[in-house]
Amino acid sequence: MPRRKNECSILKGIGAAPGIAIGPAFLLNSSKVRILRRSIDDSDIPGEQERFEKAVSDAEQWLNRLLDEMPEELKGQSGIFQAHLLMLRDRMIYNRTLDIIADEGINAEWALDTSLEYARRLFEQVKDTYIRERISDLEYVVERILQFLSGSPVVDFGELDEPVVIVAHDLSPADTIQMKRDKVLAFVTEVGSRTSHTAILARSLGIAAVVGVEGLTSGIFSGEMVIVDGLAGQVIISPDDDRLARLGEKQDSYLRYRLEAIHFSGLPAETRDGYRLKVKANMELTEEVPSIVANGAEGIGLFRTEFLYLARKNIPTEEQLFATYREVVESMSPYPTTIRTLDIGGDKLVSAVSLDEEVNPALGLRAIRLCLEEKELFKTQLRAILRASVFGSVKILFPMISGRMEIVKVKRFLEEVMEAMTREGIPFDEDVKLGIMIEVPTAVMVADFLAEEVDFFSIGTNDLIQYGLAIDRVNEYVAHLYEPLHPGVLRMIKQAVDAAHQSGIAAAMCGEMAGEPMYVPVLVGMGLDELSMNSLSIPRIKRLIRQVDQEQCSNLVKELLESSTGSRIREILLDFLKSKFPDEFGPAIGLYPDFWDMDA
Amino acid sequence: MKFEVEVKIRNRLGLHARPASRFAQLASEFESDVWLVRDGYVVDGKSILEVLTLACPKGTELIIRTDGKDAEQALEALRRLVTGRFGELD
Repeated sequence: MPRRKNECSILKGIGAAPGIAIGPAFLLNSSKVRILRRSIDDSDIPGEQERFEKAVSDAEQWLNRLLDEMPEELKGQSGIFQAHLLMLRDRMIYNRTLDIIADEGINAEWALDTSLEYARRLFEQVKDTYIRERISDLEYVVERILQFLSGSPVVDFGELDEPVVIVAHDLSPADTIQMKRDKVLAFVTEVGSRTSHTAILARSLGIAAVVGVEGLTSGIFSGEMVIVDGLAGQVIISPDDDRLARLGEKQDSYLRYRLEAIHFSGLPAETRDGYRLKVKANMELTEEVPSIVANGAEGIGLFRTEFLYLARKNIPTEEQLFATYREVVESMSPYPTTIRTLDIGGDKLVSAVSLDEEVNPALGLRAIRLCLEEKELFKTQLRAILRASVFGSVKILFPMISGRMEIVKVKRFLEEVMEAMTREGIPFDEDVKLGIMIEVPTAVMVADFLAEEVDFFSIGTNDLIQYGLAIDRVNEYVAHLYEPLHPGVLRMIKQAVDAAHQSGIAAAMCGEMAGEPMYVPVLVGMGLDELSMNSLSIPRIKRLIRQVDQEQCSNLVKELLESSTGSRIREILLDFLKSKFPDEFGPAIGLYPDFWDMDA
Repeated sequence: MKFEVEVKIRNRLGLHARPASRFAQLASEFESDVWLVRDGYVVDGKSILEVLTLACPKGTELIIRTDGKDAEQALEALRRLVTGRFGELD
């Protein structure tokens, strides 16, 4: 039964950006304008053409205003709007539509749609994927004209006079860019995931968001009061007084907590007894850099480079990779950027490297194995990383190393690449630090040998646990057996850290565990030198580190390592947390507030 | 007056969105007609969309053709834009 207005209802979704917002809903109707064909009398043709011209100039004004009012931190995105402006008046759309109105005696909407169809056919024939996809820009532009033609106002976030919660089926990056923080409290969408571009942008803008809320737009009215709980991934429509009060309290305590944590996020992560850790950020998209800096990261501990390969059908060129790496390295300088080389399977690179389908890709030709087979692919990336190394501080991290021979081969190949670059006179940092991911169980077993080959370890707990426990987290039948506190997992981490320290190299962790508040005492007690996590988790993790004693933590770890089951370990840890940090793990903040980083 | 000149695309990304819009923008500043020819395929140089559909990667050889009162100046300005890599730093 359809929901009635002002009836309290709760919808579940995915928390895509943290925070709690309470305010009136603003329903964004993104359904496409329906286009009908009408014939126009000859005498009305000039009028119809004028109507079209008016819509185009309205759209033009609207875009120009968007450009003018674009917040400073988003100016980098203005190029796309400049291109949109040009497209508005492009002969292929503008003149053609005017001609079709006159020649065929039909309405502007239909003529415009016919022009778009023509452009679509031309673009479909283009081989270059990047250019072929520009048609989506044209579609966006045409939709704006259609909206002005229909007389329905284009939603203008600039004109909102009271702060609202934006509710939509989906939001384009262009939509989210227009959202000003003082007018938009949060956004909620029917589709989307935590890693979609929009979600990431929302996080860097500091707007709370819940995505993937099924049945959202059909169950809500504009102006209704909503609570968006980005921490719990929940949307409460027309909350009753009780819920309003409870969520209001949660909002207050979250805000207080966040403000305080951010206020101190520039402070070093040093335990009360003087043990200093480095806290860094994991990064996937370059858009995350401002948020990484703002949250007090001491560098990027894991720059995932797969995105550049997945976002396009063709393998990126050395120049493209270099440009991206350089941008990140420069903006993070003087803090270091640790760039992890390609960590995907051949199956993800269908167009580029054609390989037979594998039965079990997680155990197949991927990451460093793929790179050692596809030397050109690897060389291109290494050259781009090395070229970027002179623009700041760069470290290289190799994934999925399982034994000594592999890293020896990698280093030999890297040397060849460096020699070639020296011959070509291309500058690079000759002392660039090399590290390996510790994520295959055999790498733990031979960590002492591996430590002799590299400058640092970075423990990737997600894969280490998955390979160690032989559990596929995506498989719903066994996912519940995935146990970060399994005694075997703790022993592996301990062994890797100890091996690193015995060789005098640093031990870092970049898996999900590193950014999970409840594991802080465990990781400090293990003696990790560096933790890398989603940037939003940094202030809280730093704050927790500042509240513990390393000595206490290593005693705790000793006790944990003597326990034989995961559930016992968990019990001891929870007792420790509750007795040492009654405020930190209270109900308002929750034990698992920031579970963003799903695939380190 | 008709003029034409052969040019080579030298910027690394080829005639992508930004260079294409710069070309169309500059071409539109002149009264003369501007055409771009690639392997016999002719497009309107004042249309960013048509220029885009030429999809010229780095190294492509193109003919710029201008026709009109200010054709000579248009040709020179556009030639300089292309040979100057559209002002892009490689």
